[in-house]
Amino acid sequence: MTTVTADPAPPSTPPGRSARPSRLRRSWEKHWYAWAMVLPVVIVLAVLIFYPLFRGIWLSFTNLNEANQVAEICTKSITGSEVCKENPNKWEFVGLDNYLRVLTGEVGEFWQWTGVTLIWTFVCVACHFGLGLGLATMLNRPMRLRGLYRVLLVLPWAVPAFVSAFAWKFIFNERFGLANAVLSAVGIDPVSWFADRWTSLFTAIVTNVWLGVPFMMVALLGGMQTIPSELYEAAEIDGASAWQRFRNITLPGLRPVSMTVILLGTIWTFNMFPIIFLVTEGQPAGQSEILVTGAFRAAFEGIRNYSLASTYGVLILSILLVFSVFYRRALRKQGEVW
Amino acid sequence: MRRTARGIAVLASATLALSVAACGGEDKAAEEQPKADPASLTAELTWWDTSDPQNEGPAFQELIAKFNQTYPNVKINYQSVPFGEAQNKFKTAAQAKTGAPDILRAEVAWVPEFASLGYLYALDGSELLSDESDFLETPLASNKYDGKTYGVPQVTDSLALMYNKELLTKAGVSAPPKTWAELKTVSQAVKEKTGAEGVYLNPAGYFLLPFMYGEGGDLVDTGAKKIVINSEQNAAGLKVAKDLIDSGAAAKPSANDSYGTMMTLFKEKKVAMIINGPWEVNNVKSAPTFGGLENLGIAPVPAGSARAGGPVGGHNYTIWSGMPQEKVDAAVAFVKYMSSAESQAFLSEKLGLLPTRKSAYQLDPVKNNAVVAAFQAVNEAAVGRPWIPEAGQFFGPLDQMATEVLIQNKDPKAALDTVARKYKAEVVPGYGL
Repeated sequence: MTTVTADPAPPSTPPGRSARPSRLRRSWEKHWYAWAMVLPVVIVLAVLIFYPLFRGIWLSFTNLNEANQVAEICTKSITGSEVCKENPNKWEFVGLDNYLRVLTGEVGEFWQWTGVTLIWTFVCVACHFGLGLGLATMLNRPMRLRGLYRVLLVLPWAVPAFVSAFAWKFIFNERFGLANAVLSAVGIDPVSWFADRWTSLFTAIVTNVWLGVPFMMVALLGGMQTIPSELYEAAEIDGASAWQRFRNITLPGLRPVSMTVILLGTIWTFNMFPIIFLVTEGQPAGQSEILVTGAFRAAFEGIRNYSLASTYGVLILSILLVFSVFYRRALRKQGEVW
Repeated sequence: MRRTARGIAVLASATLALSVAACGGEDKAAEEQPKADPASLTAELTWWDTSDPQNEGPAFQELIAKFNQTYPNVKINYQSVPFGEAQNKFKTAAQAKTGAPDILRAEVAWVPEFASLGYLYALDGSELLSDESDFLETPLASNKYDGKTYGVPQVTDSLALMYNKELLTKAGVSAPPKTWAELKTVSQAVKEKTGAEGVYLNPAGYFLLPFMYGEGGDLVDTGAKKIVINSEQNAAGLKVAKDLIDSGAAAKPSANDSYGTMMTLFKEKKVAMIINGPWEVNNVKSAPTFGGLENLGIAPVPAGSARAGGPVGGHNYTIWSGMPQEKVDAAVAFVKYMSSAESQAFLSEKLGLLPTRKSAYQLDPVKNNAVVAAFQAVNEAAVGRPWIPEAGQFFGPLDQMATEVLIQNKDPKAALDTVARKYKAEVVPGYGL
């Protein structure tokens, strides 16, 4: 596509209508095969991604909800008749109203949720990566029962997220949970985990770290095994310490993998719905809600508000877009081709 | 340009014609409903039951088996749907026009909402409402929307004070407390003398209503279209509840899973009093450690300075408007059977649920039922809720407020002001503050 538009027009043809069709036709004759090959992908993308995306964006400029979506509401009577009445408040285009209402805090707690989401994402990804890297390094050397350790460490990944969410929720139950039982056993007062926003968020982070470390570990372990062992041998001959080898061979060698998994992890954690929704339920009083769970509650409790849901969707998408643009730019500066 | 415009016009007119034709097809004349013998009625109906599958479900299934003795060819697909999910699940299915159950057990607040969206059959003129006057007024009122009736009351309930007789006796208390002040003294006595906790307050909006009603408050005034949640009365009611916790009379509630915690503690005799409804009677009765119905006391919720009252709750039978017309006879027969005085009496005997028919209260199993008798007094004092489509949305902000006030020590009035602003912005924008 870029080649077509980037080609400067031949200087001999005068600017006008007659030149264009011929150029288009020539391009078509030359490249029709390529277009035909691309077509299926374009159609699939259009149906699966662009249509829903643009429809979502369009909805965010309306006030569509469950109650006003149909032009007329029909009431069926059990005796067989049906009365249809025009919907008195049909949905309409409202411009930027939804965005204003969300961003000014008239509806929901956008800024609070964003803050919690950022903390949640940063802490979770940092713990995932740190622990994953540590475990991968430990497992990336010959030892007895290595296979067993690997299987055990991957186990949390194999458990459905909601099962582990409920398990952890119960562990942190204030009266009957294991966490408080252990604390009282060692003489510490039981903690009301869900009564404070930070301890409540802590329970969710612990759950998510437990769930997310295996992925990081496996990905990083895979990355480590692609680092040629000659490098380590050469470094050893040069007298590099273990720490120096780790810093100067393992970490740079892992960069292509780690940058990708960090980006993925960030996006996943940012949108990690089930853990917050099931473990903390947003308690206390909605203070541990992240953007996606807050948006869900705002838009889908009671009469569902599709336009508000789309508004949140667009806002979340824009935040992630901005993040990935900066992230890619940062990578490019470091000379990564990704 | 012009050609495309014409094309669009042609397309538009074609779709218009099509849609008009489609609409025309639905206008059917009322079918005749001949009275036939029960065995000739053949249909397959799906019923979503939202009652507790362990405590209440089996009794409903037993009732279905009885129904099939009379109507052998009406097959009922009994599906137990968790109460917390049913509302959204039904709306999704009804909107998609597929997958919704023919019959739904709907909570009282859902009916006006579903009816306003056109998801339910209006039942006026059918056999189901031929003896409308037999139903208790308040439960029936929850089925009315815009002058029509969309459901038949199944059970009614309200919050009551449920207490452990043994623990209260041990504490030297002979009668259950009648006011919140008495509750406080009783709780403290229980705590001192038995080692159990006095009372557990569930920090959720619905469960705080008795405190607010007690001082004469309410959520909204539907007549004057005014939000009254942030009244001084409500704030005073919340202060009463807050004081119970601060003084140590009530157990410190947890923000998460508090309902389950409350029930577990009560069943294990670790707390002497809770505020809950008849739907938990069977659960408490069958708890191995509790000591059965003999040990369970039921009394009206304690009074505040103005009155004593819990919110009216309950469930209704509703019929999905997407159910094909030919199944109507079977659906009516089923709902009629399930809501008959005899069936209601059966349920009250089995589960201690409260009938919604006046005639059911004359039947022996109900008349001689101690639990029902106890709850009848409770229900007479119950306060009606606003039956508007938005009523189901009042509790989200209210739950948040309950946590803020009871657990996070926020000032009641300030928390209520926030709720009022949310009602105005998100729930009932047409109402005044």
